Amino acid sequence: MTVNSANLSKNQIRMLKTFQIEQNEFLKEIGNIARFTGKFFRTVIKPKQEYKEFLNQCFWIGFKTLTLVGITAFIMGLVLTIQSRPTLVEFGAESMLPAMVSVSLIREIAPVITALICAGKIGSGIGAELGSMRVTEQIDAMEVSGTNPFKYLVVTRVMAATLMVPVLSSLANAISLYGGYLGVNIRGSVSWNLYWFQVFDALSFGDLLPAIVKTFFFGFAIGIIGCYMGYYSKKGTEGVGRSATTAVIVASLLVFILDLIAVQVTDLLGLT
Amino acid sequence: MKKIAPIVEVKNLYKSFGSNHVLKDFSMEVSPGENIVVLGKSGSGKSVLIKCIINLIQADSGILKILNQSIQDMGEDEVDQLRSEIGFLFQSNALYDSMTVRQNLEFPLRRHWSVEQRKQGAERAVLEALSDVGLAHTIDMMPAELSGGMKKRVALARSLILKPKVILYDEPTTGLDPITSREISELMVKVQKKYNATSIIISHDMNCIRITSNRVIMLIDGKNYAEDTFENLQKSTDPKIREFFD
Repeated sequence: MTVNSANLSKNQIRMLKTFQIEQNEFLKEIGNIARFTGKFFRTVIKPKQEYKEFLNQCFWIGFKTLTLVGITAFIMGLVLTIQSRPTLVEFGAESMLPAMVSVSLIREIAPVITALICAGKIGSGIGAELGSMRVTEQIDAMEVSGTNPFKYLVVTRVMAATLMVPVLSSLANAISLYGGYLGVNIRGSVSWNLYWFQVFDALSFGDLLPAIVKTFFFGFAIGIIGCYMGYYSKKGTEGVGRSATTAVIVASLLVFILDLIAVQVTDLLGLT
Repeated sequence: MKKIAPIVEVKNLYKSFGSNHVLKDFSMEVSPGENIVVLGKSGSGKSVLIKCIINLIQADSGILKILNQSIQDMGEDEVDQLRSEIGFLFQSNALYDSMTVRQNLEFPLRRHWSVEQRKQGAERAVLEALSDVGLAHTIDMMPAELSGGMKKRVALARSLILKPKVILYDEPTTGLDPITSREISELMVKVQKKYNATSIIISHDMNCIRITSNRVIMLIDGKNYAEDTFENLQKSTDPKIREFFD
C-alpha cells in the first residue's frame, strides 16, 4: 500500500513537472507572439513600403480564396435555410425565415466560417511558405542582400490578410444570402423583391458594423499567426509541416476567442 | 615595411548554443585580395563563423571587423549598407523559388539602387553577372528548372550583382559531382580575380580547397588551430591536421 502510494506520488510529481514545463512553454510562446506582433507595428510604419508585394499578396489571399469562400457561403446559406424551415413551420413563423436566416448569417455564421476557411487556407499557406523559406535559407538570403525580410514577407502578408478577410467576408455575406433565397424557394415561393425586402428589414446597422469590424481582427490574427509560425519554423521538412498545422490550429482558436470578445464588446456597447 | 590592414578581422570570437560551445576564442585576419579557406569537421562551427561575420548570427563576445567597420556596433541600416559590399553564397543556394533567375538577381538591387538606377542599369547588371557564370541564357527560367550546378552558379551570380569587396562561400561544392565541383571552384577563382574580391570559403572538399585557397585556416575545437598554405598543411605531421588529408 505504501509502495503504491509512493508510486502514485512519483507519477503525480512527474505529471506536475510535465504540466509545469508545458505551461512555461505555452506562456513563452504567447510572449514570443506578442513580441512578434509588436515588431509588426514597429515595422509597418517604417519606410519604405513594399506596395508591389502587398498587392501580390492581396491577389493570392483575396482573389485565390474567393472561389472556396463563395462556394462555402452559398452552401451555408442554402443549408441553414433548409434546416431552419421545419422549426419555423412548427411555430407558424415560416414568413420569418428570410429575416432569421439573414440575421444569423450576417451576424455570426458568414464572418466566422469565412475566417475559419481563411485560417485553413491562408494560415497554412503562409506558414508553409515562410517555413520553407526559412528552412532553405531564403529569409537569410534576403537579410544578407540588405532587404528587411520582416517588412517584405511579414508586413505585406499580415496587411493583405487584414484587408482581404473583411472583403471575403462581405462577399460571403452576399453569396450566403443568395443561397438563402434559393433555400426559401425550394419548398416555398417568395419573390426576389420580397425576400430582399425582408432581409434588409430584419438587419440593422448594429448587425452589420460589428460583424464587419471583427473580420479585420480575424484577418490580422490569421496573418500574424501564419507568419509567426512560418518565420520561426524549426529546421527540416517536419518543421515546415508543423508550422503549417500549428498556424491553422492557433489561428482557428484565435478566431473563436476574438469572436467571443467581439460579442461581449458589442453587447457592452448596446449594439445587439 | 608598411603592414596592409586586414579587410576582415576576427578576434577572440566566442559563440555558444546552450551548452554547446562552438567557437572558443577564434581569431583570424584576412588581407585584401586573399582567398582564405576555413577547414574543419562537420559541426565544428565553420558556417556559424561566417554567419557571425555577416551578423546573421550574433556572436557572444569578441571583435568582428569587416572593411574596417565593427559590424556588431552598427545599427540596422548601417549593417544593410555594409552588407551591400559583401556577397554570400549559401550552402543551399537559397534562390527565391517563386521568382525567375532575373528577379532573383534583381532582388539585392531593390535596396541599394534607386528606381532610376534600376531602370537604366538593372538589365545590364543582371546579364553581366549571369555571363560571368556562363548562364546568361537562363535569365527567364525558374530555379526549379535548373540543375544543382546551375543553381549554384546563379546563386554565385546573385552574390556578385552588387560587385562585393568580400565574398563569403558556405560549402560551395557540397552535393555536387566532382566535375561540377571543379568547375565551381575554378569559377570562384575567376570571379575573385575579375572583381578583385576577397573570399572566405568554408569547405572540406580537398579539391576545392586546393584550387581556391591562398591560405587555409584549420578550425578545430572552436579555435584557429593552424593556418598555412594548403601544400604546407598537407605536409604537416600533426595528427589533428593529418586527419583531414589522410
